[in-house]
Amino acid sequence: METFWFCVIALLWLGYLFLEGFDFGVGMLLPVLGRDETERRVLINTIGPVWDGNEVWLLVAGGATFAAFPGWYASLFSSAYLPLVLFLLALIGRGVAFEYRGKVDGARWRRTWDVVIFAGSWVAALGVGLVLTTNVFGLPLDAAGDRVGSPFAAITWESLLGALAVAGYALVHGAVFLSLKTEGEVRERARALALRLAPIALLPLVVLLLLVQIRFGTVWTYAASIAVALAAFGALARLALRREGQAFALMGVAVACTVVALFGALYPNVLPSTLDPAYTLTVENTASSPYTLTVMTWVAAFGTPAVLVYQGWTYWVFRKRIGTRHIPRVHVP
Amino acid sequence: MAVDVLDLARWQFGITTVYHFLMVPLTIGLSLLVAGMQTAWVRTGDRKYLAMTKFWGKLLLINFAMGVVTGIVQEFQFGMTWSAYSRFVGDVFGAPLAMEGLVAFFVESTFLGLWIFGWDRLPKRVHLACAWAFSLATIASAYFILAANSWMQHPVGVVMEDGRPRLTSIWEVLTNSTVLAAFPHTIFGAFAVAAAFLVGIAAWHLWRRGDDEPVWRSSVKLGTWVGVVAFTGLAITGDFQGKLMFEQQPMKMAAAEALCHTESPAAFSVFAIGDVSRPDCESVKSITVPALLSFLAHNDFTTEVKGVEDLVPMYQEKYGTNYPVDERLGELSGQPIDYVPVLPVTYWGFRLMIGFGAISAGVGLLVLWLTRGGRVPRGRWFKWLALGSIATPFLGNSFGWIFTEMGRQPFVVVPNPSGVDGVWMFTARAVSNSTPGEVLTSLISLTLVYGVLACVEVFLIRRYVRGGVAGVLPPGGPGTGSKSGDDVLSFAY
Ligand code: HDD
Ligand code: HEM
Ligand code: HEM
Repeated sequence: METFWFCVIALLWLGYLFLEGFDFGVGMLLPVLGRDETERRVLINTIGPVWDGNEVWLLVAGGATFAAFPGWYASLFSSAYLPLVLFLLALIGRGVAFEYRGKVDGARWRRTWDVVIFAGSWVAALGVGLVLTTNVFGLPLDAAGDRVGSPFAAITWESLLGALAVAGYALVHGAVFLSLKTEGEVRERARALALRLAPIALLPLVVLLLLVQIRFGTVWTYAASIAVALAAFGALARLALRREGQAFALMGVAVACTVVALFGALYPNVLPSTLDPAYTLTVENTASSPYTLTVMTWVAAFGTPAVLVYQGWTYWVFRKRIGTRHIPRVHVP
Repeated sequence: MAVDVLDLARWQFGITTVYHFLMVPLTIGLSLLVAGMQTAWVRTGDRKYLAMTKFWGKLLLINFAMGVVTGIVQEFQFGMTWSAYSRFVGDVFGAPLAMEGLVAFFVESTFLGLWIFGWDRLPKRVHLACAWAFSLATIASAYFILAANSWMQHPVGVVMEDGRPRLTSIWEVLTNSTVLAAFPHTIFGAFAVAAAFLVGIAAWHLWRRGDDEPVWRSSVKLGTWVGVVAFTGLAITGDFQGKLMFEQQPMKMAAAEALCHTESPAAFSVFAIGDVSRPDCESVKSITVPALLSFLAHNDFTTEVKGVEDLVPMYQEKYGTNYPVDERLGELSGQPIDYVPVLPVTYWGFRLMIGFGAISAGVGLLVLWLTRGGRVPRGRWFKWLALGSIATPFLGNSFGWIFTEMGRQPFVVVPNPSGVDGVWMFTARAVSNSTPGEVLTSLISLTLVYGVLACVEVFLIRRYVRGGVAGVLPPGGPGTGSKSGDDVLSFAY
């Protein structure tokens, strides 16, 4: 049961990284790929209807961790306090910016929000990567699960590498997504950028996976890491052949295997203590009671398929490519 | 040191939650009303209803964005600043939060996206169904979070095992008598907010004599009736909550009244002159209604209501006179426990909650009467009355929460006097082992960002309010059925 919930949480992280990964990427590329106002609106509107739904994956990952492994939730969130504050501020800015940017017709107004989207997307992507990696590599926790030492304990070179890995992935993923969802010049530019950027942007991810393999390697992580490399390579190859849909799906496979590798390296721990292995939080010593887990399993069994169905439907409703010719004139008071 | 963190963490939680709850009730109330307006449009085809849907819907969206981003902070805060709390109650408390996400937030965010971007792209009725889906999801989210909150006020469905509450029945948690009372009260409170918003803004438009008079007249009417029903509902459910509070949290009851001595029958204090804080209760002059408090507590005019003086020894006997010696408690370690909440806050919070609610319902009725049969008062006072009344239920809600949350101090999980043994937690013990610097950083940065965003939101709302219907409904534009060119999106950011 505990293992099942560990997998559920990994799955929620996967959903989050896959979905919000591309909308972070779109935000990060906003000034690069959007050369004028209409183009920037094209970019933002590719994620307009879905970014909020994507973000909820994280909220549910957090909520599920709270319910299933309270000790994990408590130690991770309180120990990585400052990075999380920064991450929250970035999410706040981004969310408001998407909604408010088009609500006033003014160049300065829009420029300001563009900066918020751009900066917010970068900071949020780096922040997610940092927290996730810290979680895998561990924190200086004492016997009570509290962090000993400085508020910056979560910032190590491993976690910084992880931050770059996730941000790099989001960048490429976002570009692939845009080449799938837009048309005309923007599409071409996004595709070219994805191909050109990928070797550098995906490098930190490769290094991170190597490091995970060296530190915690098992057969599992080994297989998953190889699969990540193959999927990413495949994605670029398909993209080069203008098979954007397949490329996007392969990017999904890549992140799925990354999550398998990271959580595979973690299991059966949920948050290692770097001070003393005896203080390490594990699925067993943090799990909620079997009753709570059973209740949550029922909720998840009914809830998750429904979510997949109606979120899938949204993507279907908004499946059309968007180009500059689709953008309506601004009509605001 | 821990004390500093405690105070900072409490300020942070209070500020961010009260702020979140400025957006929340408007979202809940307005989204259902907008779904109703859209239903009227789909059924009658009357353009007036389309205009209402568009106008109020736009204001709803401006507000919604802020509700979402401030909510995320709330969700994270339990782990960040209240990690000891989270560890202690996770078995019980996490479940409703996770359910809220899975059952409510996913529906809300997904269908809202469909609603915003789906004009003319989805069939009319499907689009309408999306509006209902996300409005009902806001209600569901309120239910789950209030179930979580009510469990803190009155823990049920658990046993104490290995020093921690273990969930034994999720059903009992979800049907806690406390949430059954708090939920309708909060939802009526949300409708009071939406109603005053409608009345205030629509009356201002009438006063200004702009276009679209029928839209504003209908809005005033709708708002007033919703407001009257909401306020009646608030009084009835509030009375019900009072009775539960008397049984479940006697100290909060006494604190609501700043009641020093036990009284029987107990009088309800309407207004007090002087300082209601202890220890010198004698100096306070209070205008009272005899026996009303007994009625509020127990439905008759004779019941004895215990005062602070008599409750303190009872609490000391049950839950101890001193905090345990525990370094996590910092300066409070081993100190005597103060069982009395901050009386001026609870006393005035309770009165301001009721007072502001009553004012807003009164103003609504007054506006309806003043605008009867096509009339509109011309004086500037009318404009200020209309716009000023918008704030009143917001204040009522905030004071309601401040009262509820501060009234349960010094507990974060209040002991259930009948039933579950041993399940309670002091707020001082709930806080994370963070450094003051960390919490101060987040407190300052969040407050600053929230401050800036408040200005932005008010700026936008003002702009869209002034823009009226023309600002959101271009002639022949989205939702009017006439597709402008096959390819142009009917809505885009
Ligand atoms: C699910 C739980 C929950 C919910 C729905 C709410 N609260 Fe609460 N509240 C808490 C859980 C909590 C808490 C975590 O338990 C706090 C933190 C410290 C404390 O004593 O309780 C708290 C404290 C707290 C404080 C500070 C109290 C103090 O310092 O003594 C205020 C003013 C509020 N809350 C106000 C609100 C408002 C306006 C809410 C409406 C959204 C609200 N609470 C909902
Ligand atoms: C302190 C506890 C609370 C937490 C942890 C919390 C959490 C959240 C979160 C994470 C969101 C964003 C969801 C999204 O992205 O769509 C949100 C929004 C929302 N919350 Fe809260 N919330 C709290 C209190 C409340 C209360 C007491 C209510 C209602 C009575 C409420 C009602 C709502 C509603 C209706 C929304 C939708 C967005 C909006 O308000 O505009 N919340 N909340
Ligand atoms: C005669 C009128 C009213 C009575 C008797 C009343 C009674 C109460 C009581 C007893 C509580 C505390 C419940 C507890 O902590 O156990 C409460 C909470 C609250 N009240 Fe009221 N109330 C009234 C009017 C209002 C109005 C007009 C508003 C808002 C406009 C409002 C908003 C709230 C809110 C938001 C809470 C906190 C949430 C909750 O516990 O439900 N109330 N009220």
